Amino acid sequence: MTAVASPPVAPPIKPSRKRTGWKTAAGFASGAVALFALAPAALDDFRLGLLAKYLCLAIIAVGIGLAWGRGGMLTLGQGVFFGLGGYAMAMHLKLADAGAGNLPDFMQLYGQLDALPWWWRPFANPVFALVATVALPMLVALLLGQLIFRRRVRGAYFAILSQALAAAMAIFLVGQQGTTGGTNGLTDIQGFFGYDLNDPVNRKMIYFIIAGALLLMLAVAWQLMRSRYGELLVAVRDAEERVRFLGYDPANVKLVAYVVAAGMAGLAGALFVPAVGIISPALVGVVPSIEFVVGVAVGGRASLIGPALGAVAVAWARTALSERVPSAWTYFEGLLFILPIVFLPGGLASLPRLLRKARK
Amino acid sequence: MFKIRGTRALAVVVAAVSVTALTACGAKTGDSGTSTTAGAVVDTSGPTVKVGLLNSLSGTMAISEVTVRDSLKLAIDEINASGGVLGKQIEPVSEDGASDWPTFAEKAQKLISQDKVAAVFGCWTSASRKAVKPVFEKNKALLFYPVQYEGLEESPYIFYTGATTNQQIVPALDYLKAQGKTSLYLVGSDYVFPRTANKIIKAYATANGMKVLGEDYAPLGSTEFSTIVNKVKASGASAVFNTLNGDSNVAFFKEYKSAGLTAAAMPVVSVSIAEEEVKSIGTQYLADQLTAWNYYQTTAGAANDKFVKAYKAKYGADKPTSDPMEAAYTSVYLWKAMVEKAGSFDVEKVKAAADAGGITYAAPEGLVTVDGPSQHVYKTARIGKIGPDGLIKEVWSSGQPIKPDPYLKDYSWATGLA
Repeated sequence: MTAVASPPVAPPIKPSRKRTGWKTAAGFASGAVALFALAPAALDDFRLGLLAKYLCLAIIAVGIGLAWGRGGMLTLGQGVFFGLGGYAMAMHLKLADAGAGNLPDFMQLYGQLDALPWWWRPFANPVFALVATVALPMLVALLLGQLIFRRRVRGAYFAILSQALAAAMAIFLVGQQGTTGGTNGLTDIQGFFGYDLNDPVNRKMIYFIIAGALLLMLAVAWQLMRSRYGELLVAVRDAEERVRFLGYDPANVKLVAYVVAAGMAGLAGALFVPAVGIISPALVGVVPSIEFVVGVAVGGRASLIGPALGAVAVAWARTALSERVPSAWTYFEGLLFILPIVFLPGGLASLPRLLRKARK
Repeated sequence: MFKIRGTRALAVVVAAVSVTALTACGAKTGDSGTSTTAGAVVDTSGPTVKVGLLNSLSGTMAISEVTVRDSLKLAIDEINASGGVLGKQIEPVSEDGASDWPTFAEKAQKLISQDKVAAVFGCWTSASRKAVKPVFEKNKALLFYPVQYEGLEESPYIFYTGATTNQQIVPALDYLKAQGKTSLYLVGSDYVFPRTANKIIKAYATANGMKVLGEDYAPLGSTEFSTIVNKVKASGASAVFNTLNGDSNVAFFKEYKSAGLTAAAMPVVSVSIAEEEVKSIGTQYLADQLTAWNYYQTTAGAANDKFVKAYKAKYGADKPTSDPMEAAYTSVYLWKAMVEKAGSFDVEKVKAAADAGGITYAAPEGLVTVDGPSQHVYKTARIGKIGPDGLIKEVWSSGQPIKPDPYLKDYSWATGLA
């Protein structure tokens, strides 16, 4: 269903780093102005809350852009890492809501437990939970990546494996109703490190944190893409065997991008929880994992800003279409996925370049 | 080396802005007064008043939830034709929950803060209800939830017009016990309702000398039932309690029949199969099996005749009516009665009017009364037998409406469940 087979869109390595560097900095500055000044001024609390959610998806997209767009790994299982980050955060917030020594509300209902399960206990510590939201997905990605890339699993097999993991994770979470909330997931979250989430001022604060995190992740991705490592990653994507013969280990090169993308997905999950107030197996399974990738494809997977823009555009279109035509919006959404992939294989990010070309 | 100045400068800017945002923050948890947002504002300025319809119009749940949306619209049309509520016409705003729980939460928030609706009707799965519950509580807005569920919940901003466990599952168990069934096999889909229902069934069985010979869960949407059906057959249980949802029922009952199991030898009591589902599963597989609900299309009474006739006239003669549809239809009329008693669309006044008691409506299922303290509804339990024509015939009823008891407080065997 996605543009798996579309030709890789490798932007040529820019001859003049100085000029593009300046341009990118200007791009960052205007992005910061849009996110921190324009959006809060133009949008009401409800729409700003939605934007916060979209930006979380954009953070995942930045990671996918790196792993898929630059590294050629079709990560169709980012829901796993998103879920790990989200559940790590939600577990801490549920424990904080319940208060010391008490079980979270859903455990009292469904768990019939006398005490907190051992694997919940460390999440009562805010520092552990915060570190875990990013470290846990990265650790899992590291172990998985070692297994996958060392064995030279790639292409469709890698994509299928990723999907299977996402499905397995969702099924596991549903089955453990007493300790994970089952299909309901973890919901009804009241506070965020002592701040009341019912207060609109605090919800705005969450938005600013998310916007800041997105800019930071874009900066990280930019840095990686421009480094020698970034060039190596593109080389591995385009000719893995050749890179191997040159004396590099492609497995290590891929592993770094995969782990970084997992960390970003985990961070996005952690921020999604206070912004939206829920994490559930429906958000970590096969379908959301595909939707993350679709946003990246629409935006243009190989560019820096394309994946983030695409993720926001797709999520926004989803909301807008479903509000206008609630009973038929899914058809339009499908069309929206197909059109850019067929007519704009480089994604939205390639539009300016194509327009320039057309004018010449 | 690389040009990183720009990034570094920007990182500093980002950090500075974030820190500023953090310091300019609002109330802490536990603060009283300042932390509570003002109640939902209902827009009553125009000649109409908006209500929200929040159902899955796409995704796996659409097949069930669209029928609920249709029944809600029928009730709204009828009320509008007879003069509206407090002189205002009702304007429904429909949103698609898309069978996705966070989407339900998003759309609920949209209906409340953008459309300023007086009440929202909808949700089907417990997961979607759990996802929107904090949204309604936070905004102090009203939700009417029309589907039977697993109980163990009372939200001050939700009215539950479907059955809770003591109005559906417990009467079904009483019926089986009276029929001399001494052992049960539990089959369900893997989600909250079946798991919680089975917990209650096991507690009941222990207290009533019944044996539970097995308990199996299939993933939602699963169609592989040969193993489970073989286990059911080997167990020799005297009845099966079925909490499977959706498509799984088709596969389960086909397998059940081909294994040579019959309703006469080992009846299956289902709590999620209504008229709509009977049609899609096929009556040849379901003939003579049992269901537990509070309403059937065949339920006697003038109110039901009118409802069935109106529904078929609007949506087609081949469309059946079912329990959740009836509960949804009834919920709009109950809201109307509450608003008229309160003389206002204001959420707190409407709630106060309902909580004071005395809100009744002559529903298709019979007279229903809102129980003020629990915001659930008194409902008559009905056991039905599926006929060869696809309709369900009542074989037993509780005779009178049962008081809702979501936490099963009045049942000694249920202590420790909640």
